[in-house]
Amino acid sequence: MSSLAALLELFEQKKISRREFLNRTAALGLMATVSPALFPGSAEAGGPKSGGRLIMGLTGGSTTDSMNPATLTSNMNQNLNWQIRNNLVEIDHNFDPIPELAESWESTPDAKVWRFKLRKGVEFHNGKTMTAEDVVYSINHHRGEKSKSGAKGYLKAIENIKADGQYEVVFTLSGGSADFPFILGDYHLSICPAGTQGQEWEKGIGTGAYVLESWEPGVRAFATRNPNYWKEGRGHFDEVETLSIVDTNARTNALKTGQINYMDRVELKTVHLMKRMPGVNVTATTGTAHYTIPMLVDRSPYNDNNVRTALKLAIDREELLKQVLRGYGEIGNDHPIAPVNRYFNDDLEQRRSDPDQAKFYMKKAGMLDHTFNLHAADAAFAGAVDAAVMIQEQAKKAGIKINVVRDPDDGYWSNVWMKKEWCMCYWGGRPTEDMMFSVAYANGAPWNDTNWNNKRFNELLVAARAELDSTKRGKMYAEMQEICRNDSGTVVPMYNQMVEASSDKLAHGSISGHMAVDGMRNAERWWFK
Amino acid sequence: MKNVLLLVGKRSLASLVTIFVISIIIFIGVELLPGDVAETVLGQSATPETVQAFRQELKLDLPPHVRYGAWLKDLSHGDFGTSLANGRPVAELIGWRFANTLFLAGMAALIAVPLAIVLGMLAAFYRNTFFDKCISIVTLSFISFPEFFIAYILIALFAVQLNIFPSMATINESMGLGAKIYAVLLPALTLTCVVTAHMMRQTRAAIINVLSKAYIEMAEVKGVRRLRIIMLHAFPNSLSPVINVIALNLAYLVVGVVVVEVVFVYPGLGQLLVDSVAKRDIPVVQASGLIFASAYIFLNLMADVLSMLVNPRLRQSQQ
Repeated sequence: MSSLAALLELFEQKKISRREFLNRTAALGLMATVSPALFPGSAEAGGPKSGGRLIMGLTGGSTTDSMNPATLTSNMNQNLNWQIRNNLVEIDHNFDPIPELAESWESTPDAKVWRFKLRKGVEFHNGKTMTAEDVVYSINHHRGEKSKSGAKGYLKAIENIKADGQYEVVFTLSGGSADFPFILGDYHLSICPAGTQGQEWEKGIGTGAYVLESWEPGVRAFATRNPNYWKEGRGHFDEVETLSIVDTNARTNALKTGQINYMDRVELKTVHLMKRMPGVNVTATTGTAHYTIPMLVDRSPYNDNNVRTALKLAIDREELLKQVLRGYGEIGNDHPIAPVNRYFNDDLEQRRSDPDQAKFYMKKAGMLDHTFNLHAADAAFAGAVDAAVMIQEQAKKAGIKINVVRDPDDGYWSNVWMKKEWCMCYWGGRPTEDMMFSVAYANGAPWNDTNWNNKRFNELLVAARAELDSTKRGKMYAEMQEICRNDSGTVVPMYNQMVEASSDKLAHGSISGHMAVDGMRNAERWWFK
Repeated sequence: MKNVLLLVGKRSLASLVTIFVISIIIFIGVELLPGDVAETVLGQSATPETVQAFRQELKLDLPPHVRYGAWLKDLSHGDFGTSLANGRPVAELIGWRFANTLFLAGMAALIAVPLAIVLGMLAAFYRNTFFDKCISIVTLSFISFPEFFIAYILIALFAVQLNIFPSMATINESMGLGAKIYAVLLPALTLTCVVTAHMMRQTRAAIINVLSKAYIEMAEVKGVRRLRIIMLHAFPNSLSPVINVIALNLAYLVVGVVVVEVVFVYPGLGQLLVDSVAKRDIPVVQASGLIFASAYIFLNLMADVLSMLVNPRLRQSQQ
């Protein structure tokens, strides 16, 4: 490396020409390690250019945030995580798993044993080379009794992880899982150096495109380009500054006055005004995120499917979409699989508001006199209370009585959700059918927020998970969506779009709907024009 | 002078007891809130297993009095402990934020206090005239609006339309004093609008009260000019109540500005306290709460001391 450093110095002092520098580094076989920042004009015409400082204003940041991958709970630390770290697998904008730190992978025909080949020569920011040991450590951080990770549930199926040599990792699962690579694309499962613990997580040592320089939870993070970044065609900014701006008006003003050049969660009530602002682009992306209204089906009267069907029919989804989301979304069909998911069932009939039918089913259940308590707080999603009140009015047309119970935002997820019989809720969605159904609809899943238990559905879930034939899986998932729509305890009134705004000086490729903020990877994927 | 020292000594001892009691009240208060740090940090993604693991890691499974005792013991050694949510030392979390809070409060006070006193004197001088009523109406209108409303108006005007001040008051260590003052001018103006009316009205009322005294009448009879009467005779004698109101407002500037912090994205102590209460991060809540309590106690003590010093009768008398 010393000869490269010497060449760099000569080049920077203009003692050798750019061409000579390139020739000599190429002769050393070192080109891959040279920062593209040295050659501002070297990007292809029209392609990404490097340079500049991306300044983002993001929601959700809190002074209690941590960079421990087990507890990445806000937009701010999830985004920062992928500025500075990588996963084994990346999920691209088509919802396909593509190699990241893993170069390739293969499984046994029963999808039970998965072998991942790692990329060689990738260095962490502290100079350590990434090996199988780091991968095993990073994944095990989310497993076992002592783990407090949000990804613990996904990894239950793993029976054993072991390193096979320095650059191969073998996962043995308790049952077949065709979508296993997707799981490794989950934002919690980023790869950190083996042995990281306690306050060391906050240093943010990873293999990512940017090196963390400073990080103050709930305030600001600052990262600079990783000169050793291994991924080609990614990580174009010189610096990335991430600001926690909780207040929507403050974010909007900061974007308008040029103090930031990217913001998430645009206020839908004023988005039409924002679109008229000069120099600002608004992007709306449909992803897997959706609003739900789960009922606990093991409690009366929600244990009667007539009641559930009646309530599903009484809700006017189009009106909710228009009023609550100002049209920035799509109506839902009472199952959690989004139109962007691979096996979305196009043939399933869309459920629409039908007061007569709703009344018919409610009468059949003998519950027309019952008053249904619908619990709501804006902690579930922005506009949840308004939505609940609208549903109350819509149900009146079918003669169904709903009482909206306003709960405090504080502690909503621990005191109301999964505890009250019927409440407003939000799901970010999952990139695969299996993950979504397993996490919230399978019998016994910890976040099965309706306590729903459908035998046929649960059988199909296990069968589809191990099925490597795509057509057969597609059929099974189609049937599961139908069962879910007709029998489950969840109303899925709509999918919400992720609406974000940026300076028109920024350029980008296709925006991913996998997570908000271009799959939380805008710092790596975007560039300045 | 002996009186003053005696007061300071007595009050300091009483303050220690007050702070101790406050720490117990804060602890019980946070304990009474539903949920704990494990549940609130994990939020929607909490499962019984992960919550349990989290609790054991943080020793939250111990009974409350044991945890309070451990905290008190550490505190007596000068250790504020570490945040439950992200393991950072509380002193590190609070130190620079408290400095930021004091800086903003100081800036606001530098503008608001002289402004309020001058306006109050003018209002007393021109009392019951159109001018007096104008001052009252304007300052009272400002205090009647919610803080964030004034903040948004100022931002819309000075940041978005005129583009002369930044809409976000982000400051950091590398900035010079001038740059910092420039950055916090809009939030400081917002706070000025909020606190001026109270102090101005008190100054006006106190001066008018003194103006009815016999010795003022004597001065008038002797032909002293009215402005001179107010500046040299009435105002010094009305300082005591004014000082108390100023102290209350200064305390408010230190502890009550979280809304302004959020609107201007200013990293102060208020946001830290709100976030930690929301996450039930007891050590951080305790430390911030105690700092706020100390600020109140200190400012009130200062007000009493100053009232004594400006009043010769209190200064001299033996208790």
